[in-house]
Amino acid sequence: MDIHEYQAKELLARHGVHVPRGGLAYSPEQATYRAREIGGAKWVLKAQVHSGARGKAGGIKLCSNDEEISNAAEAMLGRKLVTQQTGPRGKLISRLYLEEAVDIAQELYLGFVLDRKEERVMIVASAAGGMEIEDISEKQPDSIIRATVDPGVGMQGFQAREIAFGLGLESSLIGKATETILGCYQVFRDYDASMLEINPLVVTRDGSLVALDAKMSFDENALFRRPEISELRDKSQEDPRETFASDRGLSYVGLDGNIGCIINGAGLAMATMDMIKIAGGEPANFLDIGGGASPERVAKSFRAVLGDKQVETILVNIFAGINRCDWVAEGVIKAIREVGVDVPLVVRLSGTKVEEGRKILADSGESVIVADTLAEAAEKAVAAWREATKNKKAA
Amino acid sequence: MAILLNRSTRVIVQGFTGKIGSFHAEDMKRYGTKLVGGVTPGKGGQTHLGLPVFNTVKGAVRETRAEASIVFVPPPFAADSIMEAADAGIKLCVCITDGIPSQDMMQVKRYMRRYRFEDRMRLVGPNCAGVITPGQALMGIMPGSIYLPGRVGIVGRSGTLGYEAASQMKALGIGVSTSVGIGGDPINGSSFKDILQLFERDDDTDAVVMIGEIGGPQEAEAAIWARDNMRKPLIAYIAGLSAPKGRRMGHAGAIISAFGESAQEKVEILKEAGVVIVPTPASFGEVVADTLARTKKAA
Repeated sequence: MDIHEYQAKELLARHGVHVPRGGLAYSPEQATYRAREIGGAKWVLKAQVHSGARGKAGGIKLCSNDEEISNAAEAMLGRKLVTQQTGPRGKLISRLYLEEAVDIAQELYLGFVLDRKEERVMIVASAAGGMEIEDISEKQPDSIIRATVDPGVGMQGFQAREIAFGLGLESSLIGKATETILGCYQVFRDYDASMLEINPLVVTRDGSLVALDAKMSFDENALFRRPEISELRDKSQEDPRETFASDRGLSYVGLDGNIGCIINGAGLAMATMDMIKIAGGEPANFLDIGGGASPERVAKSFRAVLGDKQVETILVNIFAGINRCDWVAEGVIKAIREVGVDVPLVVRLSGTKVEEGRKILADSGESVIVADTLAEAAEKAVAAWREATKNKKAA
Repeated sequence: MAILLNRSTRVIVQGFTGKIGSFHAEDMKRYGTKLVGGVTPGKGGQTHLGLPVFNTVKGAVRETRAEASIVFVPPPFAADSIMEAADAGIKLCVCITDGIPSQDMMQVKRYMRRYRFEDRMRLVGPNCAGVITPGQALMGIMPGSIYLPGRVGIVGRSGTLGYEAASQMKALGIGVSTSVGIGGDPINGSSFKDILQLFERDDDTDAVVMIGEIGGPQEAEAAIWARDNMRKPLIAYIAGLSAPKGRRMGHAGAIISAFGESAQEKVEILKEAGVVIVPTPASFGEVVADTLARTKKAA
């Protein structure tokens, strides 16, 4: 789960990380009011969306009077910001963050991630801040400093000092940098973060160290014990298709194709999507219906998939292990009748009691295209989709 | 004896009296697993499914000489249960639980290292389908009927995709020595490489099928190890060709976040290491049959 920049900064500020003075605004009037509250003569207005690369997309504006702030806020609010990271649908701007402008002397990079190889938290730092970490590791790989934390004892002071000295900071800043790095680790650890990135961390002309931007993501498996983080969820930043599904306990990822997928198991779901692609189609979504595949879950899945208006065919692929295929088939028929499916539907069942399951589908009188194997399922789904779209165009 | 598990392995269930634990305990018993008891704190002394219930894993080990444990404990308490098993001298722990926080798993892995390598528990999972040695014993949630006993090892992250592979093999009369689900989490107990090492040493296994997916470094690590150390044929499929970067595909660990983590890149790394690639998820059976036939001819 991602949170906004201003929310991340609030968390970090409570743990000894310096951030610029700033305030949240939902309207142009509020933004100009914030400017007076903050004081100074130059401010930066920043669109609060869950994405990086906001600057290039017009989501960050430097302003020096009320009129500029008001105009910039007017232009941003209610608009969808399309960055390199959001995809073409973009993300809605409904909150703005106004900050005092900072006089930058040097930009640094500081990041915390889960290192899957070491199975530890890894700190990545570089004196070449301001650009994406991928670009830093390509253009200035020697500038990157790494350290991992022993989960038994947590991050140690010497590790933070080594990073601070490694960044080439002046000795007057080492203490502050150490405090900043340890503070970030504390936040990462205490709130079950999965990613924390301060880019850039800046040295100002008056010699202080300030987090100019902050990005954080959290381990969704740990939200049960972090209610204060769960509260920060902003559904307006999510794909509405995914919000609908996740609120119903389904694991769903929206994609850009036309063949909707309902599958049990994440691996089989990915493999089925691959098979659709190999057969010449494009999947509209990833959906893992999870264990059970009960009639209720099947019905919820149909609703989630059909909520996407781009879906022109549905492929159901269930490998019934603990369940039985006859039970799953009944669930599919029940879902068709309850939800109403007006696109071609291909169903492939396998596993326990598969013959009985296929018979239920065949005897139901519903127009279900039955497939025996995975390859056949994908081919039939793509063929049905081609046929349906051809008819649509003709009509 | 295949790997990890056979008909004489003495197994206990942690989270024994819960709904899910009970359901699968019965299923495992029916399959032939030597189930000797279970653990549910506070219910020690009771009998459940005709077997003794213990308050602690140590108590269960003392009374039943259990060597293996399967964990069905809910996510907030699962890490604690795994560590309890490790401390009680359990040799093999299979954790089925989905949804354990990453930081808990970091601590589990760190905790397990306090034991000498020879005494250290082997963890499989979490968030996995478990282990099955067809015809002998089941420690997991997979449907036993789809596996034919035989001489091909399977190791995979996903449950149902593993079933798909096993049933395609069964349709061609190819059986399985042991199938191991290592789970879909970013931090897990046994890696692909760990399980390949066991299969390579196992006299009952002739070839291995590895079913990987996007995210993480383990498939690449396994490929390099196999290139340098493995004499048995290794056959692999990587799921997620159509997965976009930066999106989590169901499994907590199935996300492309770094270089070398996409399905295309992993397939390239595997090919370079001489691994036989299963080009589509519909061709597991075919590719395994071909590979076995070629190996036989060469021998």
